Amino acid sequence: MTTLVIAEHDNAQLKGATLHTVSAARRIGGPVHVLVAGSAAQAVAEAAARIEGIEKVLFADAPQLGDGLAENAAAQVIALAKDYSHILFAATAAGKNVAPRVAAKLDASQISEIVSVEAPDTFKRPIYAGNAIATVQSSDVVIVATVRTTAFDAARMEGGAAAIETVPAVADAGTSRFVKREVVKSDRPELTAARVVVAGGRGLGSAENFALLDPLAEKLGAAIGASRAAVDSGFAPNDCQVGQTGKIVAPELYIAVGISGAIQHLAGMKDSKVIVAVNKDADAPIFSIADYGLVGDLFEVVPALTHSV
Amino acid sequence: MKVITAVKRVVDYNVKVRVKSDQSGVDIDNVKMSMNPFDEIAVEAATRLKEANVATEVLAVTCGTQQSQETLRTALAIGADRAVLVETQAELQPLAVAKLLKAVVEKEQPRLVILGKQAIDDDAGQTGQLLAALLDWPQATFASDIRIEGDWATVTREVDGGLEVVSLKLPAIVTTDLRLNEPRYVTLPNIMKAKKKPLDVLAAEALGIDPSPRLKTLRVEEPAARKAGVKVPDVATLVEKLKNEAKVI
Repeated sequence: MTTLVIAEHDNAQLKGATLHTVSAARRIGGPVHVLVAGSAAQAVAEAAARIEGIEKVLFADAPQLGDGLAENAAAQVIALAKDYSHILFAATAAGKNVAPRVAAKLDASQISEIVSVEAPDTFKRPIYAGNAIATVQSSDVVIVATVRTTAFDAARMEGGAAAIETVPAVADAGTSRFVKREVVKSDRPELTAARVVVAGGRGLGSAENFALLDPLAEKLGAAIGASRAAVDSGFAPNDCQVGQTGKIVAPELYIAVGISGAIQHLAGMKDSKVIVAVNKDADAPIFSIADYGLVGDLFEVVPALTHSV
Repeated sequence: MKVITAVKRVVDYNVKVRVKSDQSGVDIDNVKMSMNPFDEIAVEAATRLKEANVATEVLAVTCGTQQSQETLRTALAIGADRAVLVETQAELQPLAVAKLLKAVVEKEQPRLVILGKQAIDDDAGQTGQLLAALLDWPQATFASDIRIEGDWATVTREVDGGLEVVSLKLPAIVTTDLRLNEPRYVTLPNIMKAKKKPLDVLAAEALGIDPSPRLKTLRVEEPAARKAGVKVPDVATLVEKLKNEAKVI
């Protein structure tokens, strides 16, 4: 019984999501290997080899693996799958894109967004926007799953000394091409990894007003999040969206400003350690899950809060 | 070019579901059901391709019980030309749905299949990718823009940290994200017209596929409840509590 974790990276740096996935893999019990598939990604393979608790790093390096195209990435995993009992991906945009493709080829029923490992074949996962938790058991020969990163601590990025084994890269499938990537520039911590998140909703009213959250986030070293309403209204970029269909976060402190608290939004943040809600509507559903609620005008509360923290 | 859209009947997104007391599942008796929101976006996208004279025919497909016909009628009212129900009483999991859809795709030979990125009931987010793999077609998930040029589809995808653009050689699979489009409201005349559009029913068994579930659900529980919070009167109290009680700042 050996678990293969698919590393997430940009060919230069290993992404934090990989460390959470390794933690989930270690709960399964057997040895853990990490696959780094990329283009000129030697530094990533070396970083992966230092993760605590890893036995081996498999390194596939070729230009066609550089952009994470699902067709090539999945083929690379399938080429190695026969040696593994479990194959785990982080439940990020990249992992969710590739994992089912791998599962289909192995005729396995993929398990999405596991939040706990109950036994090597039994896992918990949220359904219905997190309003229910299902415990599911798999009888597949190879279990393919994605891991909700906020549900598992990060494995340490030091202490490991795994061997790096180069594996042959699969040929380019040739049916898809990478064109370009537009990355939103930000100096703030990454939303899914931030210790504090300040999130705004429709109550902010405009993109200019949304900037009101910046000084508060700055002072708290927080990432900025947004409700779907705020994103759809153009107040904040798409990749800020927290919720069932956006990012799932579980920071130590989540400050929801002008967010009513629709089911879909709560699904993305209700596992935060401490939730603060600022809303002028005392009946807003967000207050039902907030540890501390302040009923008031956010245009007065947010500057005052920024001033006092 | 023929386009297939796959749709699913799910509990309406505004309903807060309750877990059954025997932990066997979620209580969906007498709950409002609707088309999965991402699938509405898929049908809208296909309809717009037809309106732009890129698609010649739009076919809506679903897998499930007789009641799923309602969902297909909604797809027909949005703009699909005809519909197929793959009927089964089995509890359907994504892998089984992908296999059933593959059989329909092989029969209908579309150039493009558009699905929602996830269904809001099981939140699996797998079917499009599974179908792409089973057919050995390229895929573009989480699409916020689709352009067809000759034999290629150029798709903008929503990824962590921003956007990514990929080109796929047709035939291909695309799954929709929220911002691909805003589905139109179905009007009464279109609902009436939809009643006259063809809707075929295929038995899952006749396709030679065993749709029975492969993952066993042992139990379904309520998530852990958060303990009741407090309302604070002012910013000073809030800051004091965050510093001294919660110790998070």
